[in-house]
Amino acid sequence: MYFDSLTELWTMAGHGAFVWAAFAISFIVLAGLIILPVKHYRQQLLHIRQQQSEDI
Amino acid sequence: MASWQWFHRLGSPKWLSGTIDRWLPWVLSLGTLLLLVSAVWGLAFTPPDYKQGNSFRIIYIHVPTAVVALAAYYVMAIAGAVSIIWRMKVADMVLRAIAPVGAALTFLALVTGAIWGKPTWGAYWIWQDARLTSMLLLFFLYLGIMALYDAYQNSASGNRAAAIMSLVGTVNIPIIYKSVDWWSSLHQPATLKFTEESTIATEMLQPLLLAIPGAYLFFIAAVMLQLRVQIARNEKNTQWMAERAAR
Repeated sequence: MYFDSLTELWTMAGHGAFVWAAFAISFIVLAGLIILPVKHYRQQLLHIRQQQSEDI
Repeated sequence: MASWQWFHRLGSPKWLSGTIDRWLPWVLSLGTLLLLVSAVWGLAFTPPDYKQGNSFRIIYIHVPTAVVALAAYYVMAIAGAVSIIWRMKVADMVLRAIAPVGAALTFLALVTGAIWGKPTWGAYWIWQDARLTSMLLLFFLYLGIMALYDAYQNSASGNRAAAIMSLVGTVNIPIIYKSVDWWSSLHQPATLKFTEESTIATEMLQPLLLAIPGAYLFFIAAVMLQLRVQIARNEKNTQWMAERAAR
């Protein structure tokens, strides 16, 4: 590791807040790009199944 | 006309569904892995920039998201052209699938850039800067295309309007690329160059060389996930989709 301690990694000589915020926001948005369509897909399949059982 | 078979297959939502099922797990896990490795490497192991200090580490998420956000627009516009010329319904689905992913990536490029700007330029945002404002326009183009789909009752008209808008918006892409050369900008010029040597130290470059393909793969996976939803909605009354849902 480049930093001497985890504290230094966290503070990054004053830039820690910026760097970690940028990565945290990116993580949340990228996770959303996976989680939301997976949820929508499951909902849609459920919807199709429900319509099928109504038809029968 | 065997050579055109691939084109017809590409137009089949059923074939596309099967292809997505096969490729999605691999593309998603490899893309995520590359992004994670590059983030850990870039955050903890590369040395800081001699001028910018540690704030430069934002490059490992800013550049990949920005690069892919721009490339995504081209792919979306090509889908728009295919939709207009051949009226291929899969092209409309692809266009619709890319828009939210492109919007999210552009949003990230803007936000991480703003966060990077504060310690580097002393400001989060500068309206006079062509790179920043043309990128903001890209974000609005993506949002506009998403809004067009919802605005039309008739989905055929919505598809057509979105396809036309995607083509018109391509004017913005070379402007974004060239903005740092054409106008004076606070934004630094391109770090990675194909035709000449890159202006970045090798040890700082290495994580970026993982992050960029990682972001492309992640983008493809995210579009596949969106596409799967589009297909399930469009083909809900077909026999094969009913069988898929029943599984």
